[in-house]
Amino acid sequence: MALPAAFFAVFFAWPVAAIVTRGLRTDGAWRFGRIADVVTQPGIRHVLWFTTWQALASTALTLLLALPAAYVFARLDFPGKRILRAVVTVPFVLPTVVVGSAFLALVGRGGLLDELWGVRLDTTVWAILAAHVFFNYAVVVRTVGGLWAQLDPRQEQAARMLGASAARAWRKITLPALVPAVAAAALMVFLFTFTSFGVVQILGGPTFSTLEVEIYRETSEVFDLATAAVLTLVQFAAVGAILAVHAWTVRRRETALRLVDASGTARRPRGAGQWTLLAGVLLTVALLLVLPLAVLVRRSLDAPGLGYYRALTETDGGTFLMAPLHAVWTSLEYAVAATAIAVLIGGLAAAALARRDAGRLVRGFDALLMLPLGVSAVTVGFGFLIALDKPPLDLRESWILVPLAQALVGAPFVVRTMLPVLRAVDGRLREAAAVLGASPWRVWREVDLPLVRRALLVAAGFAFAVSLGEFGATVFIARPDNPTLPVAVARLLSRPGDLNYGQAMALSTILMVVCAAALLVLERLRTDRTGEF
Amino acid sequence: MQNKTLVAVAAGLGLVALSACGTTDGKDSGAASKTVTVVSHDSWAVSKNVIKDFEKSSGYKVRVLKDGDAGQAVNKAILTKDHPQGDVLFGVDNTLLSRALDNGLFQPYEAKGLGQVDPAHQLDADKHRVTPVDYGDICVNYDKAYFSAHKLTPPQTFADLAKPAYKNLLVTENAATSSPGLGFLLGSAARFGDTGWQGYWKKLEANGVKVVDGWEQAYYQEFSGSSEGKKAGGDRPLVVSYASSPPAEVIYATKRPSTAPTGVSNGTCFRQTEFAGLLDNARNTKGGKAFIDFLLTREFQQDMPLNMFVYPVVKGAKVPAEFTEYGPAAEKPATMAPAEIAANRDQWVKAWTSLVLK
Repeated sequence: MALPAAFFAVFFAWPVAAIVTRGLRTDGAWRFGRIADVVTQPGIRHVLWFTTWQALASTALTLLLALPAAYVFARLDFPGKRILRAVVTVPFVLPTVVVGSAFLALVGRGGLLDELWGVRLDTTVWAILAAHVFFNYAVVVRTVGGLWAQLDPRQEQAARMLGASAARAWRKITLPALVPAVAAAALMVFLFTFTSFGVVQILGGPTFSTLEVEIYRETSEVFDLATAAVLTLVQFAAVGAILAVHAWTVRRRETALRLVDASGTARRPRGAGQWTLLAGVLLTVALLLVLPLAVLVRRSLDAPGLGYYRALTETDGGTFLMAPLHAVWTSLEYAVAATAIAVLIGGLAAAALARRDAGRLVRGFDALLMLPLGVSAVTVGFGFLIALDKPPLDLRESWILVPLAQALVGAPFVVRTMLPVLRAVDGRLREAAAVLGASPWRVWREVDLPLVRRALLVAAGFAFAVSLGEFGATVFIARPDNPTLPVAVARLLSRPGDLNYGQAMALSTILMVVCAAALLVLERLRTDRTGEF
Repeated sequence: MQNKTLVAVAAGLGLVALSACGTTDGKDSGAASKTVTVVSHDSWAVSKNVIKDFEKSSGYKVRVLKDGDAGQAVNKAILTKDHPQGDVLFGVDNTLLSRALDNGLFQPYEAKGLGQVDPAHQLDADKHRVTPVDYGDICVNYDKAYFSAHKLTPPQTFADLAKPAYKNLLVTENAATSSPGLGFLLGSAARFGDTGWQGYWKKLEANGVKVVDGWEQAYYQEFSGSSEGKKAGGDRPLVVSYASSPPAEVIYATKRPSTAPTGVSNGTCFRQTEFAGLLDNARNTKGGKAFIDFLLTREFQQDMPLNMFVYPVVKGAKVPAEFTEYGPAAEKPATMAPAEIAANRDQWVKAWTSLVLK
C-alpha cells in the first residue's frame, strides 16, 4: 500500500497539483475567482456541453454495437475465436494518431466511403462517434463478455424448465446479473470518451472541441495557464464523479454472483437466430474495426517492392538521427520498463485492495488509482516538468520519465485485472500455510503466486500493449532524442512528401502488428477468471 | 505486522531505486561542461557528420531534446526557466519571440558571425538575447496541373484569393491550432491592417475558403497538388503551406519527378524567422555560446535547407539547387514586428474564430 501510494503521490498528485497551482496562484495569492469567470464563458460552456453529449452518444452507440458481440464471445464457440478477441482489442491500444489517419483514409476525402457512395464524414460528429466505437468496442466486449461467460447457463435453463419463456428467463435471471458489468463498462467508455483528445483533434475539424482539447489548447498554444488550471479542476471533478460511481458498481458486482468456469459455458451456435447474430457481429467487426486497419495497411503498401518499409531502415540525415525503424526498439524498451513499474505498483495496490480487512480509505484508493486515465496528458506532462526538476528527483532529462508516465496509465489496468483474481484466493489457504510455519514471503510464493501467475501475466501483457501505444503523455515529456513508435509516426506525418506519409503508414502497421502479437499471446494466457480487461 | 514490514521493505527499495536514478543524473550534470544540451521542436534536424564536426572541433558533445511544436517548446522553456532543461533553445520564431523575451528566457550573447546576417532578420539587434538562424515563408501553394488544365493563372496576391475566379479553391488551417494557419492570418493582418483584415476574411469566406484543423489534413487530404492529396482525391488546388513545400514534393517523392508539381503564390507569403538563444540559468554557458556560433557557420547554414526545409540567414550561404529551382524564398513577404504580434495575437485569433468558424 505504501509504495503505490508514494508512487501515485510523487508521480501523479504532486505534478498535477504543481501545474494547477502555477495556474491559479499569482504573486502568492490564490485566484479562485478565476473559476467562476472561466466556467461562465459561453465558449467554455459550449465545450462542456459538447464534451458531455458526445460522450453520452458514443457510450450508447458502443453499447448498442458491442453488447451482441459480448454475448457471442460469452456463449458461442467458433473457430478463430481467440484471434477475433485479439483483433477487437487491438484498436483499444493503438495510438490516436494512427487511428485518426486510418479513419481519415476511410471516411475522409477520397476514402473508401467517398469512392463508393460519395459520403464523407470527416469533420462531422459521426466520424468522432465511429472512432470512439472503434476504440472502446473491446472495453464492452471484454468486461461484459468476460462476466457473461462465467454466469452459469443452467440457471436460465432451470427457469425455462419451470415454464418461463426465453425472454422472461433472460430478463429475470441473466439481465440482473449482467447489469453491474454493463454499468461498469458503460462508465469506462464514458470516461474514455469524455476525456477524448486525439480523436476529436484529428477527426473533429476546427469546430468541435472537448474539455481535454481545450485544456491542451490553453496550455500549449495560448499559454493561458489559469484557464487551463480551472478546466483541469472541472475535468477532475467530473472524472472523480464517474470513478466514484464506477467503483461502486464494481464492488456490487464482485459480491453477489456465483461464477463458473468460462470454458464450459460456450457452445457451437445453433438455430438461425444464433447464426444470424454471429454473422452480424462478424460483419460489424469487419466493417468497423478491420476495415480502417486494412486501409492503413493498404496505404503502407502503396510503394512498389515494400518501398515504404525499406525506407524505414535508412537514416535520412536529419529528421531522425537514427533510422525510423529504430523507434520500434525504443518503444519496446520503454514498454518493458513501464510494464515492470506498472506491475509492481498495480500488483501491490491490488494486493492491498484485495485484503478483506481493507477499510474505506483503502477502497477509495482504488478509484484514485484510476484517476490518471481521466486527467489530461498535457497537464501531467507539464506538471512533471515543473515538479520533478530539483534534486533528489531531477528526472526531467532521464529516460525513466517516459516509462514512469506510461506506467501511470498502465497501472490501473493491472489493478483491474488482478483485483478480482486476488479477491477470489481463499484466505484460509494463506492462514493454513502460516499456521504450518511458512514465512509471509513463502506464503506468497507458494499460495498466491501460483494462483495469480496467469492473471499477473495477462496484466503485464496489457500494460505492455498500452505503453506501446501511449502517445499523449509520452509526447509531452522531455526525452533524449529517441522517439517512440507513436511519436515517430506523428513526426513523419507532419512533413510533406509521399515518402514521409507512406513511412508513417508503414510504421503504424508495424505498431499494429506488434500490439496484435502481444494480445494474441495474452489470449493464450487467459485464465478462467480474468478481470475486466 | 509482518505484511507491513514487507511493504516497508518494498517501499524502501523503491526509494533507493528512485534516488539511484537521481544520482545517475547527477553524474551527467557533473560532466555537463563537456555536453551542450539543445532544446528544440520536433522539426529540428541536422546531418550527422555536421554535428560530428562540431563535436570534434569544439570538444563538446551535443544532446538534443526535441519537444512537440515550437509553441510547446517555448512554453515548456518558460515553465522550467529556473531549472532549464538545456543550455540553448533553438526554434523560437517571430510569432513567439515576444512571449519568450517578456518572460526573460534568455541571457544576451552576441554570436560570432552575426555580421554576416541580413539586418532584416535581427529582431533583437540591441540586446542580442536571440540570434537569427533561419527563415521560411508561409505561402499559398498551388496545384500546377489544375491551373494549366483550366487555363487559369494561379493567384499571386492576398487580394487575388478573394476573386470570383478562385471561388471554392482554397483550403487553410485553423489559426488557433496550426502555425501555418496563424501565419496566414498574420500575413493578411500585415497586408490589410488591424482594421482591414476582418473585411478581407469576410470576402474569403464568401469566396468559399475551407478551414481544416491542421496542416496534415489540409495538405494530405484536401490539396489536389500533393502526391498524397492526389491519391486522396483532394479537390482544392490552393493550400496554405510553406514556400519550401514544392522542393519537398520533389525530394520526398518515391519516384523523383523532373519538375515540382506545385508552385508558390509569391504575394501571399508571411515570413517566419527562427532564432536560437542562450537560456538564462544555463549550466553550460560556454558550450552554449560555442553552439550558437556554430549555428551561424557556413557548414551548418548550408546543411539546414534539406533537413529543416528553411533558408539560411547568413549571406552567401549556398542554397541547394532544388530550392532555387522549385521554391525560391518570397521577394516581398509580409512581416510583422514580434511586439505587434504579441499585442494582438490572442484577440485576432479569437475574432478570426468567431468570424470564420462559427
